Amino acid sequence: MIIELGHFALILAALVGVVQMVVPLIGAHKGWRGWMALADPAATVQFLLVGFSFAALTYAFVVSDFSLRLVVANSHSDKPMLYKISGVWGNHEGSMLLWLLILVLFGACASWFGSNLPASLRARVLGVQAAVSVAFYAFILFTSNPFERLEFPPFNGQDLNPLLQDPGLAFHPPFLYLGYVGLSMSFSFAIAALLEGRVDAAWGRWVRPWTLAAWIFLTIGIALGSWWAYYELGWGGFWFWDPVENASFMPWLLAAALLHSAIVVEKRESLKAWTILLAILAFGFSLLGTFIVRSGVLTSVHAFANDPERGVFILMILAIFVGGGLLLFALRAKAMESKGVFGLVSRETALVSNNVLLAVSSFVVFWGTIWPLVVELASASPVWRGGMANPFYALGLFDKPEQVSVGPPFFDFAFTLIFVPLTIILPVGAVLAWKRGSLSKAMKSMAPVAALAIACGSLAFALQTGRSALGPIGVILGVWVVGGACMDIWLRTGRGAISARLKRLTRLPRADWGKFTAHSGLGISVFAVAALLAWEAEDIRVAQVGDRWDVGIHEIELASVVEIDGPNYYGEGGEMNVYRNGRAVGQVFAEKRIYPVAQMPTTEAGIRNGFLRDVYIVLGDPQTGGGWAVRTYIKPFANWIWGGAILMALGGFISLSDRRLRVAAGAAKSASNAVPAE
Amino acid sequence: MRWLAFVLCLAAAPLAAVQPDEILDDAALELRARALSEGLRCPVCRNESIDESNAGISRDLRILLRERLVAGDTDDQAVQYLVDRYGDYILLSPRVEGANFALWLAAPLMLLLAGGIAAVTIRGRSRAAGPEELSAEEQARIDKIMRS
Repeated sequence: MIIELGHFALILAALVGVVQMVVPLIGAHKGWRGWMALADPAATVQFLLVGFSFAALTYAFVVSDFSLRLVVANSHSDKPMLYKISGVWGNHEGSMLLWLLILVLFGACASWFGSNLPASLRARVLGVQAAVSVAFYAFILFTSNPFERLEFPPFNGQDLNPLLQDPGLAFHPPFLYLGYVGLSMSFSFAIAALLEGRVDAAWGRWVRPWTLAAWIFLTIGIALGSWWAYYELGWGGFWFWDPVENASFMPWLLAAALLHSAIVVEKRESLKAWTILLAILAFGFSLLGTFIVRSGVLTSVHAFANDPERGVFILMILAIFVGGGLLLFALRAKAMESKGVFGLVSRETALVSNNVLLAVSSFVVFWGTIWPLVVELASASPVWRGGMANPFYALGLFDKPEQVSVGPPFFDFAFTLIFVPLTIILPVGAVLAWKRGSLSKAMKSMAPVAALAIACGSLAFALQTGRSALGPIGVILGVWVVGGACMDIWLRTGRGAISARLKRLTRLPRADWGKFTAHSGLGISVFAVAALLAWEAEDIRVAQVGDRWDVGIHEIELASVVEIDGPNYYGEGGEMNVYRNGRAVGQVFAEKRIYPVAQMPTTEAGIRNGFLRDVYIVLGDPQTGGGWAVRTYIKPFANWIWGGAILMALGGFISLSDRRLRVAAGAAKSASNAVPAE
Repeated sequence: MRWLAFVLCLAAAPLAAVQPDEILDDAALELRARALSEGLRCPVCRNESIDESNAGISRDLRILLRERLVAGDTDDQAVQYLVDRYGDYILLSPRVEGANFALWLAAPLMLLLAGGIAAVTIRGRSRAAGPEELSAEEQARIDKIMRS
């Protein structure tokens, strides 16, 4: 019964969504207050209904209601409660419902906290937001209904994929979705501004917190996913340039560009059209990410053809919103006259460079991700066999009708090509003055930082054993960015005695501290990635119980191998002692698990987390001649990668709590009062 | 989702990545084999190199690659040997030839294009920037005011 109520609530929410999409938009166009005011209660009602629907589905998972097809496919009565709950979104239908829940939550938030928005803008934002949600209601109800019952319920379920039964991954999708869907707010604001025909500093101030929040969640979500891959997949890789990862990385890059260009709109009333375009594209990439993940199109065009309904549906949503958004942009962008003028050397120019580099990197990742698809469509692939001659193939552009792969070597090359200049420009650009800056002054103030960075890089080069340039370059860039962030905030304190400047440091606006924290985080991550790739050590061997072996400065001993017995798995665990200079410094436990229901083995690496390095040990298979295959890795600065990401997110939070954004209310009123009512 | 790939790989054969018995005695040759296998894709996985993959076929490919190197093949010959049998698909880094130019040149070209557009826009914007630099006299006055 609860399930049916949940289903019913979802249908009802869809109808409310249709009303919220139509009425307030008409009201805003005609200037009818009552029609506009409908948006607020509608947004709240939508949220309550979808929330109930989601709660009903969660309830089905919690009580293991195996009459529900989704629960059977993704749950099991033996599963720990945490994973019963995370099983709700560990599958296609449930994750789309979570996506929708977050979408309407953001809509409701815009209504609850948006009292400082002009009525017509708020009505339009909520109308556009409802349009997006209506598309997803239709998608869920028509192609992926989570509330489908089975006629003959089985006694037990088929279990959630064991790799997903992990705390890191339990919370990875919700954060990622908060980020993806958060960008829908930026999109709604952009479309509303185009409909309104007006973009001003106040608009920049409203749109920035939403973008910032979305970006923070994306950062956390991506970091969680990468951390999970590191400890769960058994060789300590943290980023694979997999299409699904790229799907979350592209919107992250564009959101980063967007939140920087929104600063220019807010402070200088410049780059308006560009910011709107970025907002449309960023949400477009979110939808594209959903399409890539949900359609399976990038595994193969043929996998897509197996279940075309869902893929085509999301592609249509993508076409309508991005196509429609861009069309509206093309028609209306002219009206977005920029007020602020700025010189060739200025903070604005620096932020434009930031935007150019971030946007291009995002598009390069996009191009590399879809390239295999382009080649496959362009070659004599069976998808074209429906009586249609392949136009690309006929042109003779592709003489080899086969599949290609685009993997890490390409992305490493292309991404480094763009990201290195970005990190080099960042510290100098960050201290340039608005409107007209002095490059020589900025360079002069950064000279000590540059000297420090080069000194640290040389030191790293002298200390390392190999002759690889990667590590030292990572050190230089990392020190340059972090030192630059320190210098930047120090310069913000102005002139005078050191004690006075230190005192002023504590009174700086939080936006400055947010910038400092986030930029430092970026520097730390850049350094850590380079250091890990350059200085990693590895050892693969057959070890008998009692064997000791050296890896780098550590000595590892396989103390014993024991049987383990978990709630829904069994397996073996190797107890390893870690020694350094003959002294025991710790113990790790590396497991090999087998989940009998899913018939799947997993590895749980034994990791000794350290500040400077992780010792990462994987227990392999027992060997025929006795002993176990054991792989040992020394991962220098591994934790710094995610530490940097967390700092970036933290910087976002600090910036989000800035007084300027909190007290935007007063500023907004005065701005809207200044404009005669339409 | 990526885990699907791992389901596939793990289900295929529950082996760990590079096994101790695969490692060549010749350290230099082993190093070459590792470097090459990082650039070769596991044919049944989603997006993994044969160096990382747990699938049985990846193990076969790793062993085959090492056999070729031991037989005295150069790096290019050994890779070509595998490409002849499994197609360009197993190259994680597409060859810089034919249509793939459009892939490899995308990053530099997009950078040039976007940079060019931005430069033209900013120049236009700055030309409209109104008053020119301060004169030396005005600058001196401002400095004096700022210092006081």
